[in-house]
Amino acid sequence: MRYIPNADADRRAMLRDIGRSSIDELFADIPQSVIDAYRPLDLPSQSELEVYGELARLAEANEAPGRVPLVGGGVYDHYIPRAVHHVASRSEFYTAYTPYQPEISQGTLTVMFEFQTMISELTGMEIANASMYDGATALAEAVLMAERIRKRGRVAVAANLFSHDRRVVDTYAWAAGIELVEVPFTPTGRCDLARLPENISAFVVQSPNAFGILEPLNGLKARLGDALLIAVTYPLALGILEPPGTFGVDIVVGEGQCLGLPMGYGGPLLGLFATRKEHLRQLPGRVAGRTVDADGRIGYTMTAQTREQHIRREKATSNICTNSAHCALTATVYLASIGAGGLRQVALLNLEKAHYLAARIAKLKGYSLVFDGPFFNEFVVRPSGGNADAVRERLEAGGFLVESPRAMADLGVPNALRLAVTERRTQAELDRVVDILGGKR
Amino acid sequence: MAYSTAYRYTKEHEWVKIEGNRARVGITDHAQAELGDVVFVELPTVGADVKQGGLLGTVESVKAVSDVYAPVSGKVVEVNRDLEQSPETVNQSPHEAGWIAVIQLANPSETGSLLDAAAYEALIA
Amino acid sequence: MRTIFERGAAEAADGIFPACDVPAKGAAAWLGADLVRSKPPRIPDTSETTVVRHYTRLCKLNYGVDDGIYPLGSCTMKYNPKVNEDTAALPGFADAHPAADERYVQGSLELLYELTRLLQGVAGLPAVTLQPVAGAHGELTGMFLFRKYFESRGESRRTRVLLPDSAHGTNPASAAVAGFSVTEIPSNARGTVDLDALRAQLDDTVAGIMLTVPNTLGIFEENILEVTRAVHEAGGLCYFDGANLNSFIGRARPGDMGADVFHFNLHKTLSTPHGGGGPGAGAVAVSEPLVDFLPVPRVVKRRDRYALDWDCPGSIGSVHSFFGNVLVAIKAYTYILQLGDEGLRAVSDNAVLNANYLQERLKRTYVLPYDRLCKHEFVLSSEGLAKGVTTLDVAKRLIDYGIHPPTVYFPLIVHEALMIEPTETESKETLDRFAEILERIAAEAREHPELLHEAPTRAPVRRLDQTAAARNPVFTFPFEADPA
Repeated sequence: MRYIPNADADRRAMLRDIGRSSIDELFADIPQSVIDAYRPLDLPSQSELEVYGELARLAEANEAPGRVPLVGGGVYDHYIPRAVHHVASRSEFYTAYTPYQPEISQGTLTVMFEFQTMISELTGMEIANASMYDGATALAEAVLMAERIRKRGRVAVAANLFSHDRRVVDTYAWAAGIELVEVPFTPTGRCDLARLPENISAFVVQSPNAFGILEPLNGLKARLGDALLIAVTYPLALGILEPPGTFGVDIVVGEGQCLGLPMGYGGPLLGLFATRKEHLRQLPGRVAGRTVDADGRIGYTMTAQTREQHIRREKATSNICTNSAHCALTATVYLASIGAGGLRQVALLNLEKAHYLAARIAKLKGYSLVFDGPFFNEFVVRPSGGNADAVRERLEAGGFLVESPRAMADLGVPNALRLAVTERRTQAELDRVVDILGGKR
Repeated sequence: MAYSTAYRYTKEHEWVKIEGNRARVGITDHAQAELGDVVFVELPTVGADVKQGGLLGTVESVKAVSDVYAPVSGKVVEVNRDLEQSPETVNQSPHEAGWIAVIQLANPSETGSLLDAAAYEALIA
Repeated sequence: MRTIFERGAAEAADGIFPACDVPAKGAAAWLGADLVRSKPPRIPDTSETTVVRHYTRLCKLNYGVDDGIYPLGSCTMKYNPKVNEDTAALPGFADAHPAADERYVQGSLELLYELTRLLQGVAGLPAVTLQPVAGAHGELTGMFLFRKYFESRGESRRTRVLLPDSAHGTNPASAAVAGFSVTEIPSNARGTVDLDALRAQLDDTVAGIMLTVPNTLGIFEENILEVTRAVHEAGGLCYFDGANLNSFIGRARPGDMGADVFHFNLHKTLSTPHGGGGPGAGAVAVSEPLVDFLPVPRVVKRRDRYALDWDCPGSIGSVHSFFGNVLVAIKAYTYILQLGDEGLRAVSDNAVLNANYLQERLKRTYVLPYDRLCKHEFVLSSEGLAKGVTTLDVAKRLIDYGIHPPTVYFPLIVHEALMIEPTETESKETLDRFAEILERIAAEAREHPELLHEAPTRAPVRRLDQTAAARNPVFTFPFEADPA
């Protein structure tokens, strides 16, 4: 096996050197009954050629990538400049470990520092960490952090969060004994702030929310008393949207897949986590900081580590160790490649194209937009007459990929389809959607 | 260093200086030396009630965290805000400028359970 | 190190995205001016030439497995086969949306299902979830499973988790996040769990034990069956941290040792790269009593089709947005298919042989506090090497010789610890050279200690001021203040 360099002669020489007669002897400390109970997988070894062929077969069995996606809901079909892939594929980046030895990890650490800076800039927050697993676990950790700070045992969550975020928050909150109180939405698709409960550690709001609608963050913090405001964001939209930090939000989290990562059937993803400096000691996850070396040169190192599990153990702010470092690196290279100008351009393309499609669908007989609040690149459409499943099938027959109406029904919006439009969709594709819905094809 | 006979000490390496019905508290020279460069001190809240042996605050170096325990019970009446900006004072002047908090004694007899200088020096020898 | 924010004036960065092909109205018209960004983020516009050169220069300041031996104990920094990267990047996998209907993602689902089956076989346990995305995430999932199990049995009084004092920090942290308190169990003189100390703790408040097998000293718990039996008899569950699976894969199974929950680190044992700290994948295998509590959705096979099953009423819920780190799972699957049974056994054979070979040689120069057969790693101490020389000095001097240092100052029960895991992907020649350098450093420690104190001098930077970094935290680039 070419991943194991030693030849039989090497192994014999090594065994001789350590005074052992066989490899089996090296396992004498494992109870014999355990060794005897071992059952092989019945899996023959295969050549690279054969295995590559098998994997190619499986990849081709996925029909989804051959379709034109109109699905979003947290993971989007954005274009990734090819240079991003080339840079991120440098094995000096992807085969390195966590930068515990900063002197030979300045590449990783400098990028971490750049990433934190970019996320702070995007969200308008003072500090950002080096990443969480995904948007959902970032949000769950934000809820735990807010509860550590305010300790009221109750957190309010908007009912229009992405279902996958909510599911993970439910799991973490259950184990931590935190009660979640749901805040319903109005016919605009926005949160009904008149229904905010009292005596909470935090309120979680998402903008754009699960219906694609932008929530009014302005003035929200002031309504909460001293409860923390946690905002879930869509970082690519922040190319044109006023950042949450402007509105006094305490913790901003989000899914960073839109920043140069493939959809990858939902993983790996990139959890973003930003907050105010005053909450640094409650921040979960790693951070890189700037310092100087023994000769006074600027360098970067992981810092504020006393919050973390390897030092504070059961009292740590989180159990997270491995995060999404390489995804954060990819996002950094993506943002550096497109710059603030490109980010604004791509966000505008999403906005304009989504509004073009929404406006054309809204004019079709038999279709309406479910919500009338302002939206970014995603909106919810309802066919009259209870046939959302049939509409989906027609679109899929036309080569599109559309989310099941179940996704909206789970949020209390029956018979409706959520459609997402990114910069990759052309006018011709969008017109075809309209034609299919209008029965012209 | 020689530990002042005017102070009392704990097995958890705090020092106590009785000032009337108040106790000024810090960590000992031995404790700061073991910890290394102090980078952060988490101070208690003024007005908080603490119990003897209960948590008073924490002192952090780059790679370690050390809890500071209340040597006596009472109400926290003063904290050393200078440490927020200059945590290194704990290293430079652990028994003077590096004090952490002042506790109004709830039960003055508790001081009897503290170590004197000789006993503390024997403990760390 | 210059950052991207310091690379001179704005450059041409356009041409990635096309002009808008639908009639455009502008952000303010659609959203209202108050929702529109008033100040752009300070992310410079930079040409592709500049971006590529900046990050290429940065990557050269790193050390990766492709550069040489990476003997970080408990991290299993084995070589990452290149074919793994390419199979995971196949567009059929990379461009699949997680909300796609099951019929359009049969390839991904089949792969996840088959990998699940293979991991069940490796663990010797009846069910596996691929949802956790890191070792610590697997631990946390395991602790959620503990909680749900006892909740379902009306045994909520079981709130304590026992941990050996040699445990990774993630273990106590994971237990705490799941709402458990932690009780430490001391190690005995042989470096394994003190059975009497364990038994003294076993009462009806104990939810279970978290064990690392072999432990972080690289020592196999010879009494593993006694330990798990004692915990089970007391009504508790046994969690096995799989960080060290590389030492027995293909030869022994946690399920046969009494594990109720076992997490894999696919990014360790199954060769997927660490990416500078992630993404990983932390698949979790469970014993029969815990199967119903596994996260949703589960990948199932119904006749000849693969599907996602959401109908699992006992489940702890979800721990990840979707189905875990699928692209990482693809790399692991590519690897395990190539290895097969024979290759998996060769992994542990060679990992353990390499570690014992190095241990035998290095114990002549460094202190070996627990001198016995090791598994895939061992722990030395720099104590007594020379007056005033620390493990940190040794580690930094290794950097001068162009080698990544081992894990240092862990486990906590060994002073001045150097925790060395060579892995099976290093040759005897590489091991000999590594040992020779460590021996030379030991000699330098006695004869020229200043070489160690000042090290590294040949790295991109010298020792960094950690105290200054912590006292005056700078986490974002200090931009010049905007002109008023």
